[in-house]
Parts: sequence; C-alpha cells; structure tokens
Amino acid sequence: MNREFPMARLGRHLTDTLLILVIVTVFTGLLLLLIGASPTEALSHLISGSFGSWSKLSRVLNVWIPLTLCSVGLVYAFRSGLWNIGVEGQMVLGAIGTAGVLRMGLESGHPLLLLCLALIAGALLGASWALFAGWLKIRGGVHEIFAGLGLNFVAMGLVLWLIFGPWKRPGIASMSGTEPFPRDLWFPTLEGWRVSPFALTLVIILILATAWILNRSRFGLNLKAVGHNPRAVVLFGLSSQRYMLIAILISGALAGLAGGVQVSGVYHRLIPAISSGYGYLGLLVVMLAGFRLAPIPFIALFFAALNVGSIQLPMMMQLDSSLSGVIQGACVLSALLVFGIRHLRKGGAPD
Amino acid sequence: MNELPLTILLASVLATAAPLIIATLGETITEKAGVINLSLDGSLLLSAMIAFMVGFETGSFTLGFAAAAVTGAAIALLVGWFGIYLGQLQVAVGFALTLMCKDLAYFLGNPYSRLQGPQLISWKIPGLSEVPFFGPVLFQQPLPVYLGLLLIPAVWWYFYRTGRGLELRAVGENPEACYTRGIDPRRKQILYTIIGGALVGLAGAAFSLGIKPGWGRPQGIEGIGWIALAIVIFGGWHPIRVALGAFLFAFLQVFGIVLQGIWTGIPAQVFQMAPFPLMILALVLINLLQYKGVQRWLDDKPGLALLVDKLRGAPPRALGKTFHPD
Repeated sequence: MNREFPMARLGRHLTDTLLILVIVTVFTGLLLLLIGASPTEALSHLISGSFGSWSKLSRVLNVWIPLTLCSVGLVYAFRSGLWNIGVEGQMVLGAIGTAGVLRMGLESGHPLLLLCLALIAGALLGASWALFAGWLKIRGGVHEIFAGLGLNFVAMGLVLWLIFGPWKRPGIASMSGTEPFPRDLWFPTLEGWRVSPFALTLVIILILATAWILNRSRFGLNLKAVGHNPRAVVLFGLSSQRYMLIAILISGALAGLAGGVQVSGVYHRLIPAISSGYGYLGLLVVMLAGFRLAPIPFIALFFAALNVGSIQLPMMMQLDSSLSGVIQGACVLSALLVFGIRHLRKGGAPD
Repeated sequence: MNELPLTILLASVLATAAPLIIATLGETITEKAGVINLSLDGSLLLSAMIAFMVGFETGSFTLGFAAAAVTGAAIALLVGWFGIYLGQLQVAVGFALTLMCKDLAYFLGNPYSRLQGPQLISWKIPGLSEVPFFGPVLFQQPLPVYLGLLLIPAVWWYFYRTGRGLELRAVGENPEACYTRGIDPRRKQILYTIIGGALVGLAGAAFSLGIKPGWGRPQGIEGIGWIALAIVIFGGWHPIRVALGAFLFAFLQVFGIVLQGIWTGIPAQVFQMAPFPLMILALVLINLLQYKGVQRWLDDKPGLALLVDKLRGAPPRALGKTFHPD
C-alpha cells in the first residue's frame, strides 16, 4: 500500500463523510415523503429533541457514555480480527455485576467506595462473559458471532430471571425492574444535570489511553499484526490466541463498565432492557468509523443524538421512533457503498 | 399436566418448523455458493411486515407472498452486490442490514400494528387428510408447510443430482477453478444469494400471514433469523440435515410452551432463550467430533462412528471470501 500524505488523507475522509451525509439525507427524505411525512419537520424534531435544551443535551451524553465505551472496546476486538457481537450480553452482565454489588452493600455507609467497587465488578463480569465467548471460539471452535449471540440471549434470560426471581421487588415483580437504589448510591451529578462529570471524565481518559495503547505501545502493534498480518505473527513468534483473548477481554470489560454506568448513573436499578441495544449500535459506530478510533466519539455523539431526538417522534408526528435506527443503518450502508466504490476505482484488487 | 393429544403436538411442531425450513434452506443455498447472508433476522422481519401490509391492503395472499419474496431478494441483492462486487465484508453488510431492516420494518409497519388481517387457513388435502393420525399431522396444514416439506427433497436433488447444482457447490468450494473452466463465479454467487434471499422472504410471509399472524412491535419472531443461521451450521450445509435441525428447534419450541405450563414460576422469556445455549452446546459438540482423540476413540465403535460421520459437516471452503477474477 502506498503512503498517503496526512492532509490528503484528511481530505479523503472529509469527502467520504460529505458523500455519506448526502446519501443518507436523500434516502431518509425520500422515505419520509413516501409515507407522507414532512422531512423538514422530522429533522427539526430530531434536532430540538436532542440539542434543544441543557436537559436534552445531558440525556444525549448519557447515551454517548455507554455507546462510546462499547465502541472503544470493540476496536480492540476488531484489531485482533474478532467480531465481538457478544458486546450486548457483556454489557448486560456488567449491569448485573454492578447491581449485585450495590445490593450487597446497601448498608455499608461508604457510598462512593461502594460505587467504585460496583463498577469494577461490572467490568470484571463483562470481561468474563467476553472471555467465555473467546474461549468457545478458540477451544470449542464456535464462531465468535454465534457464541457471542447465544451468550447475549442467555444474558437476557439471566436478567429476566433475576428481576422476576431472586431480586424481585417486594410485593410484585414486573418488567419495570428491581427496586431503585437509594439516592446516595446514584452516580454524583452536578446541579440541574443528569449526566455525571465523573463518568464523562472516565470515558475521555479511556479514549486517550486506548489511542496510546493501540498506536504507540508494543501490545497495540502486536495486536494489529495478529489481526491483519498472519505472516508477521509467525515471524515474531506471537501467540495469536493469547492476543485475541486479551483483546476480547478488554472489549468485554469496557462493555461491562458501560452496563455498570447504565445501572448506577442512568436507571438506578436493573431493568430488562438495561443494555438499550447500545452494544449492537456500537458495532455500527465502529463500522461507520472504518474500524478506526478517532472518529468514534463523534459518530457516537451523532448516533446518541438520533436516539434521544427520535423519542418525541411518536408524540409529535405519529412516527415510530425506530426512524433513528433506520438512519443509523443507512449511514453504515452508505459508508460501505462509498468505501466500495473507492475500492472499485482502485481496480477492485483485494486489500 | 393436562394431556395434549400427540397429533396436535406433532402438527404444531410441523407448522412451527415450516417457515424455519424455508428460511434455513434459502440460507443453505446462499452459503453453499460461498456467500454468507447475515441479515436473516432483519430480512425475516421486514418481509413479514411487507407481506402483512400487502396482504392487508389487497386481500391477496399471492401478492403478499410475492412482495415478501421480492423484499428478501432485494436485501440479499444488497448483501451480494456489496460483498461480491464492491469488496466489502459480507458479515459487515449483513449485520448492518439486520439492524436496519428490523428498524425499517417497525417504522414502516407502525400504521399496520395490531390490525386484524388476512390469515392462511389450513388446506386439507382431499382423501389424505382423512387418514387417521397422519392425516391431521401431515395433510391438514397451511400452504407454507407443504412448501417447506417439498423444498427439502427439491434442494437436495438440485445440489447433488443436477449439473447446475454441481456448479453451485463448486463455486462455493473453489471459485478460482470454476473461473478457469469458464464459469463466472460472481454471477453464480449473486444469483444464488438472490434465490436464497427470496426464500427467506417467503419464510417471513409464512410467519405474518400464517404461523404468527399479524404485525406488531415486537412481532414475536425476533431472534429467529439468528437461530436459522445457526441451524445452517448445525446441519453442516446439507439440506436434509438442515431441515432436521429446523424440526429439532421447532420441537424444542413447542415443548417449551408445554413446559411453561408446568413451571409457572419462571417467566416466559426465559424459555424463549433456551434454544440459544443448546445451539452453542450443539456447535461445540460438532466441533469436538473433529478432534483426533475423539476419532481414535471412535475407531473401534463402527456404529457410533457412522453416526458421527453423518453429523460432521465442513463449511464451503470459499464461504465469506470474495473472489477476484485476476
């Protein structure tokens, strides 16, 4: 592959982004016209619903935090060549871990210490769920897509069993989840904000750390070799299985952390839909980012805004809120289309 | 436990299995030609919604099924075109389409939610449906059941008894060799991807117009697409074993409903996810059979060895890889 100047590369990314946005806008506009809805009205609702006020912006950030955590984790897995589709279940397990520790320590009297422990437990449980998928792949020969997917459904069953069984609300168990935690076990937030500055800082530190690990550390370079250059692996005597397991472990830990944040910072209890589908959405974020780290925070912000902005569509326009998912999917498909056409023009040779 | 008549139980296993058989055989055709269409979970939902919408508006089952087949084929065309001609990862395109088609189905289907629509009734085959036991099980079923049952030998015959079937398998195993023999692997692959997708679309219509009638969010078939993909692996890409896998899964599902009546304390959703750990277990077991140690252990057990041999199946060698003619 020939080297490209940084400015040329930036220009290429900008044209790509512009092209993708044009395709998605045209597609979404036509779709809305097809069902007789006004595209401009939908757009204005999407914008006002996500960036219209401080409280809405803080809601967007509350989606951005777990979504970014999952996506950043996925980059590690993709670098090693693994499709960690199990990220959804790893997030659920993280939520279970966090909720479990918080329940155990309700009377401890050290809320902050307990919160930290609970998050660590979430990360550990998410990591172990991921390790299980990785182990099934390496020892059991089950493709990670099916291992991960199966484990997602198992995690879903586990949450439902906990909510309706051992952790049920006193009185009546219901889909509304477990008994909410007392206020001192909520993630501390600033006045008038729903988002915790602590969680925001944590995510930003993790992004920066990941940038360093993936591009500057020996581990990151070896990881890249494992995923993309089988010959180098033999040459340097690396154990590709070990790197795959470590990568999926990190991926699961970050997803578990995302689940923990959902419990401690957003819902303050365990609910059946605790993952909100952010794991699957994270996979789309990373694909749209072309499997690179740098665009992830921005794409995640865009996707989070779509998710939050679409909430008011059913009430204001009688449209289903799944429009956000349609737009997100259209973004990824147009990205693949743009990458594909570029690929064709290069002569269609394999990368 | 209240005794359920065996005939009703078996008949409902057959009815539950039918759309699954159609979808899994469609995916088997696609994968046998070397393309993996991961979008099944989304395509099933979208085609189910389109089938219901068209059926509701026109009152015609034929149009409903046709529209669903076109939907499934169009999604498959996207997977094929992006994967085969634009050099993108087939898994990536498929996954993005899974999520997008699901949301598109909910979005477009919103006005048709919870409406009373057309529903296929059982079609009694004259004469045969009067036969005791076999009649009610086999010959008093909605049309998709017959389609599913006929498709099994048809696909098998096409794969293993026709020249075109041989070409199909060759393209999935060794596209380079086909190319040198004057067959264009890419054209074959996209053709079979579209055919497989059309079958998946028919399966979606079989759900919303017959087995799980109606439309809503959730529709009740979420996750079935993923199970279908796993069944294709479980069946070792062989049409008859794939169909057996679909029957096995349908049996588990019907049996789960019966069990639910016994253990009322466990929420229904826990039973719905039961097939997934079983799927993982089955995949692990099938893989274990490949190990040398297991092979040696089997050497002096001819009966068991034969059985294991039947269970084993290797994926088409070019599955998921894109062929470049140069």
